[in-house]
Amino acid sequence: MEQPKEKLKLGVYWAASCGGCDISMLEIGEKILTVDSLADIVLWPCIADFKYKDVRAYPDKYIDVMFFNGAIRNSEAEEIAHLLRAKSKILIAYGSCSYEGGIPALANFYSKQEIFDRAYHESQSTVNADRIEPKTKHTENGYELYLPEFWETVRMLSDIVDVDYFIPGCPPAEKTTWSAIEALVSGNLPPTGSIIGAGNKSVCDECPRERKETKIKRFKRPHEYVAPDPDQCLLEQGIICLGPATRSGCEARCIDSGMPCRGCYGPCADVYDQGAKMISAIGSVLESEDGEEIQRVIDEIMDPAGLFYRFSMSHSYLLRRRLVGAKEEMK
Amino acid sequence: MADTTTTEKSAEHTAEKVVPFEPKIIGFLCWWCTYAASDMAGTSRLKYPPNVSIIRVMCSSRVDPSFIMRAFAEGADGVLIGGCHLGECHYVSGNYKTAARIALLKKTFSQLGVEDDRLRLEWISAGEIRKFAEVITDMTEKVRKLGPLNWRENFEPK
Repeated sequence: MEQPKEKLKLGVYWAASCGGCDISMLEIGEKILTVDSLADIVLWPCIADFKYKDVRAYPDKYIDVMFFNGAIRNSEAEEIAHLLRAKSKILIAYGSCSYEGGIPALANFYSKQEIFDRAYHESQSTVNADRIEPKTKHTENGYELYLPEFWETVRMLSDIVDVDYFIPGCPPAEKTTWSAIEALVSGNLPPTGSIIGAGNKSVCDECPRERKETKIKRFKRPHEYVAPDPDQCLLEQGIICLGPATRSGCEARCIDSGMPCRGCYGPCADVYDQGAKMISAIGSVLESEDGEEIQRVIDEIMDPAGLFYRFSMSHSYLLRRRLVGAKEEMK
Repeated sequence: MADTTTTEKSAEHTAEKVVPFEPKIIGFLCWWCTYAASDMAGTSRLKYPPNVSIIRVMCSSRVDPSFIMRAFAEGADGVLIGGCHLGECHYVSGNYKTAARIALLKKTFSQLGVEDDRLRLEWISAGEIRKFAEVITDMTEKVRKLGPLNWRENFEPK
């Protein structure tokens, strides 16, 4: 790879994330040494100690490329998203959480109060007789202490600030990360707002399994499909696989190991709502001409919302479970 | 004094303007059956509530679940899908696909807090004009009882 005239300034930040995205950057193996020769790291809380005040002291647009992973779940993440937008030339939503909400956005099936009740009162390992819950402000011995505000709804990065590029995946596959880095270093980039590193087709397109036009009799739950046929399409074997509704670029790594696609690369090109497309795909693959049979097969699908929106709740038309309804239920 | 009078008048005016809730329902109707029924119900001067905004599609299976979700997200209180009876689809098997999609969508909606009556799938042939009027009347009343969906409220709080 050609050496740029000046070393790039690279940042990696995590908001509501598990840390897997930070680790996935190392999945590129020895190529990380190439990255090191091309770029200086100016912010990466996962691997070294950086203070927010240091970042605030950087001039605007100081950071060349900022990889932002994690969803926006509280006011701290929101504040840092605005800060990093101001300090970065190119801001990238890296990984499913910052691109489309990811696993943290499954919390959108609950209200903030339900989450607090579970975490601080109901869970079996919790003893909290005083019913203490996190408050945004607390005074102790004359000192004022602050905590970020926990939001009702998990949002994706592009809901908060303008994002230049998106890199999908939970975490992004090695090939995706590397081709994105190559594009960034070479400057050979698509228009802003594009997905980089991943493909433009569906996972089915790069899946090695074969369709044999078998009629689906019923859908199996995960504990029921020990050792599926290694060559046949998983969907045809009655295993719900999100391949048809998911963007390519991962080289079907899960399906290759006998696990169905869970949809971490998000919707395909020009699609906004991945779950809706998967519901549509299930309707098409059933190929039953018996109304009762259709109803029976569909009834066996457990937790369709959680299954089809596992990674994309913040990137869906409906965004969350209805809040008004939740409030009424609680009364 | 004149100012006060105007303010009072406008206050009265606003109070009077509280109109009862009228459900907004989007109807995706298949061109070969339910849309034809709606057409004939019109020419036959059948009476039914004006709450359904009809969008004609070539087949009920043309209705992607994302159309329905987007309708709810952007302010619809109910969505009606009308197609040919099972076995009578102009495209042979389109409505079986619709049946599966709507069944799965209803399950998904129950998890998201959208009441079951807000999404309705009906098979209405071109001749069943009375059924068409009854379905529209019944659905409008059911959605009226449920009240406004107002999904946009869910986007507001952080």
